[in-house]
Amino acid sequence: MEIDASPLLDVRHLSTHFVTDEGVFRAVEDLSFQLRRGEFLGLVGESGCGKTTAMLSVLRLLPAAGRIVAGEVRLEGEDILALEAAEMRRVRWRKMSIIFQGAMNALNPVRSVGDQIAEALVLHEMAPTYHQAGKRVAELLELVGIDAARADQYPHQYSGGMRQRAMIAMALACNPQIVIADEPTTALDVMIQAQILELLERLQGELGLAVILVTHDLSVVAEVCHNVLVMYGGVLAEYATVDAIYNEPLHPYTRLLLEAFPDLSRPDARLVSIPGQPPRLNALPAGCRFAPRCPMVIDRCRVEAPPVRQVRPGRWATCHRIDEEGV
Amino acid sequence: MYETPVPRGPLDPRSGRGRRALAALISLFRRSPLGLIGMLMLGLALFAATFAPWLAPYDPDESIHVTIDDIYARPSAEHLLGTDDGGKDVLSAFIFGSRVSLLVGFSASLISMVIGGFVGLVAGFYGGRIGNALMRLTDIFLVIPDLPLMIVIVAMVGPSLWNIILVIGILGWTGTARMVRAQALSLKERQFVLRARALGAGNFHILRRHIFPLVLPLMVANTVLVISLSILSESTLSFLGLGDPTTLSWGGMLNFAFTRGAISARAWWALIAPGLGIVWVVLACTLVGNTLEEAFNPRLQSHHLQGDDKMIVSPSRLKAEG
Amino acid sequence: MSAAPTAVDARRSLVPETVLEVEGLFKHFPLPRGLVGALLGRPGRVVHAVDGVSFTLGRGEILALVGESGCGKTTTALSLMGLLPASAGSIRFNGQDVTHLSGRPDGAARATVAALDGAAYRREPSVFPSLTLKRLRRQIQMIFQDPYESLNPRATVYEAVAEPLEVHGLEPDSESRLARVCRALEDSGLKPAQAFLGRLPHELSGGQRQRVVIAGALVLEPSLIIADEPVSMLDVSIRADILNLLDDLRTRRGISILYITHDLGTAACFTDRIAVMYLGRIVEIGPTRRVLADPQHPYTRALLSVVPVPNPRLRRKRLILSGETPNPIDLPSGCRFRPRCPVAVDRCAVVDPGLTLVGEGHQAACVLVEGDRPAAT
Repeated sequence: MEIDASPLLDVRHLSTHFVTDEGVFRAVEDLSFQLRRGEFLGLVGESGCGKTTAMLSVLRLLPAAGRIVAGEVRLEGEDILALEAAEMRRVRWRKMSIIFQGAMNALNPVRSVGDQIAEALVLHEMAPTYHQAGKRVAELLELVGIDAARADQYPHQYSGGMRQRAMIAMALACNPQIVIADEPTTALDVMIQAQILELLERLQGELGLAVILVTHDLSVVAEVCHNVLVMYGGVLAEYATVDAIYNEPLHPYTRLLLEAFPDLSRPDARLVSIPGQPPRLNALPAGCRFAPRCPMVIDRCRVEAPPVRQVRPGRWATCHRIDEEGV
Repeated sequence: MYETPVPRGPLDPRSGRGRRALAALISLFRRSPLGLIGMLMLGLALFAATFAPWLAPYDPDESIHVTIDDIYARPSAEHLLGTDDGGKDVLSAFIFGSRVSLLVGFSASLISMVIGGFVGLVAGFYGGRIGNALMRLTDIFLVIPDLPLMIVIVAMVGPSLWNIILVIGILGWTGTARMVRAQALSLKERQFVLRARALGAGNFHILRRHIFPLVLPLMVANTVLVISLSILSESTLSFLGLGDPTTLSWGGMLNFAFTRGAISARAWWALIAPGLGIVWVVLACTLVGNTLEEAFNPRLQSHHLQGDDKMIVSPSRLKAEG
Repeated sequence: MSAAPTAVDARRSLVPETVLEVEGLFKHFPLPRGLVGALLGRPGRVVHAVDGVSFTLGRGEILALVGESGCGKTTTALSLMGLLPASAGSIRFNGQDVTHLSGRPDGAARATVAALDGAAYRREPSVFPSLTLKRLRRQIQMIFQDPYESLNPRATVYEAVAEPLEVHGLEPDSESRLARVCRALEDSGLKPAQAFLGRLPHELSGGQRQRVVIAGALVLEPSLIIADEPVSMLDVSIRADILNLLDDLRTRRGISILYITHDLGTAACFTDRIAVMYLGRIVEIGPTRRVLADPQHPYTRALLSVVPVPNPRLRRKRLILSGETPNPIDLPSGCRFRPRCPVAVDRCAVVDPGLTLVGEGHQAACVLVEGDRPAAT
């Protein structure tokens, strides 16, 4: 799939904090990346690394305590963080949509699936009434591989995989250019997961979609993504093409994470775990956020937070130890 | 070898539970201003009821000699809330009246809690035919209009304090039963109960260790709300003249005021004092009950939803918030 | 540890190396027919959750039971635990038939005989065991999937780990009970145990919680642990720790482990044998390396081809099956995998294949492998 050169989405130095009774949680700090037309970006990290918060920030859908404190999010050149709430509503879903984590279980059980898809259309004025939205709903369902005759059925009559497809249909309702999928396959069986990933790839090819796939599963990212952004503790750890990340990982966290994933093609490799815990985002240590768990930590790491550096052409990482002798 | 943040804490595994529960309650009320207000209101009422003999300026049981001027006398320095139809001090009657209302309210709710808790636990946990039968019983009690039934029963068995408490208690358990049953049903399916079964635990162990401790907080929250209903029921019965004739509750004060010409005498103090008393206690219980219920039933919380206006922040504003 | 063929030889079942022997296990859930159906005399429909499962598990062996949701692996586990009475078939634990123990409402003991006569025991073991369901449960422990749900949120770690002792009335002296709990906690990697005793579950991380659950399973010193998706809900970077812990327990204490999962990746890296389930049956079983390297059943092949691999240069042909696993109520005729099978032939609609030996200790249930090999009954 050809990737267009000019970025569709340009996130620069995005920082999001949560202000709570227990202090300020610096959930996302200085995150920058770009997304081009037709690109499949994998946003990888474990629970609590800030990947979902970053995506919610881009769509301005943060919960009550969230505050975007710095940065720009440029969609086709325009900074959407500077828009009024009403204007932002027009951007949301029409230019960029999101499939929330576990959304397939959040479907309204007392309304038909077709109705719920039509709701997105009516709300965004793409169809004047629910009835007239019917044709587009049928189109969308066929697009994601659901028989259009099932539009009148209720969520409980759909299987898990089908519900996820319905959520994808809902996200595509207004022809967005960017779809953010937050853990779209986590709760699904392996075979259904493969079907959903194949669907996303096909849609990307047919519609020229750009997709951000947020997941903790490095294997899934390796299967379908062009570029990978690894997050840890709210900051960017490494950002490179998928080939580079897997075959030449530079950041110590990326390396350890790769070793923690079972690889069916190398079943004899012993699984490694990373000792310790992710940092508490309201009590961050000075210096690099990964320092307490890093096998390559030096004194400098504990004192000085490494900046985001372009360590190779097209590769960014935050680590002091890259490009020192023998790294 | 295995690096993990080692939690600090008491070495004796059996201590600390009561302290922890108390601390949790305190922080809960600190966060909820309405709940705190309710607690204070309730505390004041309980204080007044407990220390009535010392707080009331006059003893309502004392026989006094009255003249026509003493009846429905306006509030004055001697009688801060005036006098009632018998020349007695309204303030004292008011303070002592709190005792009856609160006593009946709390006792009846206790009975309701015990019955409702038992019915709910058995119906929810055991289910089956017994559960269905109990739920049908609950439905019957729900469908019957409480007040007319209470009136009929009290009229038949006689309006003693105990009878009133029993009647209110026996008719007030249905809400608790339903809630406890729902809770027990959902708890029954949870994984830690399955684990206990996998260990070979019997029903009694599971009820004692897993179901009951988790049902109790919701039951307490629900009971506080039932207290306000019980107080209202008692006030209504007394207002209708079915209260215990040997004691004077707020409802009784209202009854006397209405039937003995307070309105035509424009003696507003005789009506407002007991009325406000009822409202005060009912409001207090509702506030406290709601706070507790919101805390124990996470689905009722809604503070996490928000609008867009505070989402994007400039650095200077962030510094201000710290 | 060689895998025994499914045919149960009565004498072989007394060999102490085999901890668990499951033969022809069925678990059906009847669906209510409704008034009309009952009046019209329609036959009742049934959910074939477990539809003829047979396997053995040796001492100190780790067997992975792999399959997608709805394949019956959890139901099998619950039947083994005695939490669900089996509809048919037999389960032998350490040589003793324990299939029908859960059928007794109060788990009452069977008749015991004063003298244990060896020959008579070999002829009819079921007459002898004084094994009640409760005592059986001391030997078999289960670990569940969700570490956030397996523990009562209001019970301390001490209470959670001591619960098995309490239920079975062991160690009534609180000092010795405390000691045993601490030992179990330390065996699960929670050191120092004292620091964890008074904690509540919400104060612990997911990995720590799962270790508490494992400690609870260890405190009764079982010989078999059934682990149902023990790491699926944990962060990837700590899964290895828990799996290595299970491996360790097997090595140091000879505990057999039945590892149930849908994640072929973890099943691949630490189990000895793997059994693949589909719609209530085992369709392939054998040594893990061999099954992964040379899968014989089409379903296994398809599964292995779609499991994501963290290697972008490896472009395999993905055999993505269409549709979803059908419901276990209306099973297709013949082979149950036939509707989705990419290589089904006409014979598959007629014959319901059993497990056939395709290699040493390796069996698959497919018409296409039956051809020139002797069938194992």
